Formats: sequence, C-alpha cells, structure tokens
Amino acid sequence: MYSIKVEQLVRHFGKNVAVDDISFKVESGEIFGFLGPNGAGKTTTINMLTTLLRPTSGTALVNGYDVGKQQALVRQSIGMIFQDASLDDKLTGRENLLFHGMLYGLSADDFSDKAAKLLDMVELTDRAEEVVLNYSGGMKRRLEIVRGLLHNPNILFLDEPTLGLDPQTRRHIWDYLITLRERQGVTMFMTTHYMEEAEHCDHIAIIDDGKIVGLDTPEALKAMVGGDIIMAITDDNEQASLRLQNSHGVDTRKGPDNQLIIETERGDRFIPEMMSVLTDQTQGNISVKSVYLRCPTLEDVFIKLTGHAMRDQNAVDKDKVRSGMRRWRGR
Amino acid sequence: MARALDKPSDNIMEMLKRNVRGAYTIWYRDIVRFKRDRVRMFSSLGMPIVYLFVFGSGLSPAMREMGGGNIDFKQFMFPGVLTMTVLFTSVFSAVSIVWDREFGFLKEVMVAPVSRVAVALGKVAGGSTVSLFQGLIVLLLAPVLGVNLSISQIVSLIGLMVMLAVMMTSLGILIAARQKSMEGFHMMMNFVLLPMFFLSGAFFPLRGVPVWMYLLSKLDPVTYGVDPLRQVSLQALVPPDLMHTVSLNPVTYNVMMMASFSVLFLIPAVWLFGRQE
Ligand SMILES: Nc1ncnc2c1ncn2[C@@H]1O[C@H](COP(=O)(O)OP(=O)(O)OP(=O)(O)O)[C@@H](O)[C@H]1O
Ligand SMILES: [Mg+2]
Repeated sequence: MYSIKVEQLVRHFGKNVAVDDISFKVESGEIFGFLGPNGAGKTTTINMLTTLLRPTSGTALVNGYDVGKQQALVRQSIGMIFQDASLDDKLTGRENLLFHGMLYGLSADDFSDKAAKLLDMVELTDRAEEVVLNYSGGMKRRLEIVRGLLHNPNILFLDEPTLGLDPQTRRHIWDYLITLRERQGVTMFMTTHYMEEAEHCDHIAIIDDGKIVGLDTPEALKAMVGGDIIMAITDDNEQASLRLQNSHGVDTRKGPDNQLIIETERGDRFIPEMMSVLTDQTQGNISVKSVYLRCPTLEDVFIKLTGHAMRDQNAVDKDKVRSGMRRWRGR
Repeated sequence: MARALDKPSDNIMEMLKRNVRGAYTIWYRDIVRFKRDRVRMFSSLGMPIVYLFVFGSGLSPAMREMGGGNIDFKQFMFPGVLTMTVLFTSVFSAVSIVWDREFGFLKEVMVAPVSRVAVALGKVAGGSTVSLFQGLIVLLLAPVLGVNLSISQIVSLIGLMVMLAVMMTSLGILIAARQKSMEGFHMMMNFVLLPMFFLSGAFFPLRGVPVWMYLLSKLDPVTYGVDPLRQVSLQALVPPDLMHTVSLNPVTYNVMMMASFSVLFLIPAVWLFGRQE
C-alpha cells in the first residue's frame, strides 16, 4: 500500500527547472524524508503534492487521487505544515486553530478537546487568547505545527517543520509525531535540512538541484559511505593527503574548519598506520594536531552522492537572509 | 481513535456542505477581524464627514439650484458619500486577499478541502457585510444633514448598498486574484478606482458635462450605484417631477446594471482566483 506515488514529476519556473523528473513512492504509515540544500526543489515538490502548484509534467497520486485531476479529494486527505509563515496574526492563537477546525469541518466538541490538548503540548495554553502578532517566532511555529495536526489528516506534509525551534520543543514535537504514526498510522512526508531530523525517517530521498540522487533507509544510505570517517587536523593538509594517497590509496577531502576527512574501513586500525605515515622522518614530519573517528552521517552520504557539501557557506548566508525575511513577514 | 476528517468523498451533497461551511468560515473571519478593528470602524466615518462638511459646505452657495432649489449641495452629496464608503470598504476588503497572500495565510486556505469558488464567494460575502455595516454608520449622518429617512427608504437603501457592495467586492477580487504584492494594487487604485468614483456622479451632477465624460460615466459601474441611492435618499425632498434634474436612470435599470456588472466581474474573478499556479 502506497500513500504517495510520484512518477516523472517536473516543474519549471520559466527557464529554471525546480523539480527535474523525480519518481518515488511513500508507503502508508511511514515517515518519508526529503533531504536537500536550499533551492533543491523540496518546497516545490510539496506544493505540487498538496495541489498548490500545477506540475509541468508527470503524475502524482496522493492517497490514490491524482493531484492534477482530483484536487478536492487530495485536499480532503491531507494536512500541511508550511515552511513559511501562514498564520493570521490579527487573530488569537485559539482563533487561528478555530478557523482551521471550521475549514475542515470539526465539530465544536472535537475541536475544543483537540485544541486544548495540542495547545498544552506546545505550551501555548496561557497565551492562546492573545493575538498572534504578539507571539515570538518560535511560538508562531509551534502554533502552526499543531494547527496542521488538528484535523487528524491521513497524510501529513511537513515542510521544514522544526526550523528555528529550540531543541527541547523539537524533541517534544518529534515525540508527538512518532506517537501519531504508531497509534494512528499517519503517513508523513517531510522536508528538512537537519541531518539529525532525517534520522527519524523510514526512508530518505536525497534531492539536489531538482533531482533525486539517492533514496533508501538512513542506515542503507550511510552504509554506502562504507566504514568510518576520520577527521584530522594537520600542519599541512595537502601534503598529508598526497602522502596517504600514495601509501594506502585512500581519497581524502576537505572538511570544515581546515579539517582533512578520510573515509575508510576499520578506522580504528587505520589511525595508527596513518600516524606512522604522516610522522615518517624520511619524508619529513607532518605534525598532527588532532584526530577524530566517527561513524558516517547523512552529510557524508550527501557529499558522496553530489560531490559537494550540503551547507556550503553560500547556502548558510541565504538561509540567514531568509529566516530574517520570515521574521519580518511574520509580523 | 476516530478521524475528524471524513473519508474523502466527491458526493455532491457532501461537497456542497463542505463548501458552504468553507464560505461561511471565510465570511466569519472577515467579521471577527472587523469587530476587532474598532479604529477602522469609526475612522471610516472621518472621510465622509470631511467631504460633507468641508467640500459640501464650501460648494453649497455655488450650487443653489439643485433639485429645483429643494435640496442643498450637502444633501446632494450624501448618497455620493454613502457610495464612497461602500465602494472603498468593499474593494479594500477584497484586496486583503493580496495581504493574505503576502503574509502566507492564503496558503492555509488554499490547501483546505474547500473549493476556490467557495473561498471567493465567502470573501464577497465578508467584504459586502463589512461595507454594508460601514454604510449604515454613515447613514447615521443623514438626520444631521436634514435628510430624514423613513423605514421603507432605509430598507431600500440597504438593498442598494448590498448590491453596490457585492459588485465592488467582486471587482476587488478580480483585481486581487493574481496580484502578488500591494504595489500593483496602488496602481489600480489611482488609475482605475479613483477615476471610477469621480466619474460616477457621486459629487457632481452628470448633467451638462462634456460628452466624453458623459460616455465614460455610462461605462462606469459605480454610476449605477450612486444614482439609485440618490433617488431613494432624496425621495422626500425632491418632488417626483424634478427628480430627473439630479438623477439619470430608473431605479430598476440601475439595479439591473449592478447585477450585470457583478456577474461580469465575479465570473473572471473566480476563474482567475481558482487557477493553479
Ligand atoms: N514561485 C516561484 N517562482 C519562481 N521560481 C521559484 C518559485 N518557487 C521556487 N522557485 C525556484 O525553484 C527552485 C526550488 O525552490 P524550492 O523552494 O522548491 O527549494 P527548497 O528545496 O524548498 O529550498 P529551501 O531549503 O531553501 O526551502 C529555486 O531555484 C527557486 O528559486
Ligand atoms: Mg523550501
């Protein structure tokens, strides 16, 4: 049973190809993650799946309904948590929830039970009667998340749901989402560029520049990297890299903060060998300042698949600008 | 645990129920926001007062012979001011769609299981209700101007204001349907709405004006709103055989024109608004 089936989905914006021929399936009851850098096409994909955008070509079935031809039925099947602000800030927190309940046809009793419970979960009960204009960014985000959960959708779309939330709230929300999945079998399709968050997913599609470059379980994806990751800081990274290439045939790459990253099987055994090669007196001693051994992360997978880091400085800057925008627009 | 969301269905009755409820929600939101905005409610009285008492008083001596000398200029202007209030409130209410789009709330409405048609109609209902209410507040000024209204006149005026409001909200939605930012709206305001208002005969009689102006006023939907409002509100002051000096068309003709313009605006408005990006 699949909740979402996407075949050769494409979306252009003028000449810009935002989503470039993607296909995937999401099983009922699973958490499916879309992981990719800024501008990869995550939101564009979600917008097509939730009937907000028309695909340029290709098909997508959500809950068995065609997003192009059966929009009413698709919209009845889903809930959506948007990446950008989507509250009415002239209304109170509770009123925002109330309008959502009304739009989705919740009875008054259902609404008050559910709203009370959800407001409690995100600790907004005390502020529920205040207009959203007075809320902080994180409070708005929390309200938006519980609003999307209010009508118990079969399929929940979450576009960067926990962006800008503190770790504690993030954990709260994840606990709730996981319970929701277990108790009610809700299918979740989420986008994120937090690696840790992607770990919660049953399957992850890695998307870059509009294309899916990898799709599997987080474990399987990490297994692709193979073995361990060693991060070293040395006097002369270029020289060190060259020497390891010659001696062991291993490829290295540049990491953040002037680190040298080495991908290898059995890192525990490789470290002593590496040390002896680097400190070899006959070739000249390269002094090693620190060595760190860890398991591969999805970031490593991303780099392996795309050849570039997910969060290059450019993207980080863009993100800052955008979260500033969000704050401004959210007023 | 029971799902609050019913099983998806495209049964006609279910759809109808869902959409009526959706339209009601959109309407209700406009009402709640309006009630919260006390400032707007009363500041909207400011402009009419300024126009009536500054403009109206200033021009009164020059415009003495109106309606065969039975009314003064302020009384002549009163239905114009009523029109102004309803017109601008309606258009602004509808154009709040652009704000909703800019600030993101529109997305919340657009993914809900409610058709675009229901959303647009709910917006028409909301904008019209709010502007009718504003019109009623302006109506309170009538006695001060010596325009005494009977119950039946008030009922007719309400009917006419509703028609004008529906027409102008529909136009507003047509303007807002694809607009991404408020800048485009300001253009529309200066080059479409203001000329529309001034050409309608709200503040001066369209008798003996240049031919181009006369012709434009015929094409101007607002003309058909001002004219019947004027005839009804001045009914008791201007004798029937002199009414033609301050009015243009029979009331029924005006009503038909307003209805036609409403349909003419609403259909493309709903179509444009509903089209997926
Ligand atoms: N409405 C639009 N008009 C034109 N171009 C658009 C539009 N929406 C998105 N794009 C472009 O499509 C590409 C993908 O954007 P999208 O918002 O889907 O990225 P994303 O993966 O959600 O990124 P982020 O992590 O920053 O949210 C970008 O190049 C963006 O500029
Ligand atoms: Mg996005």
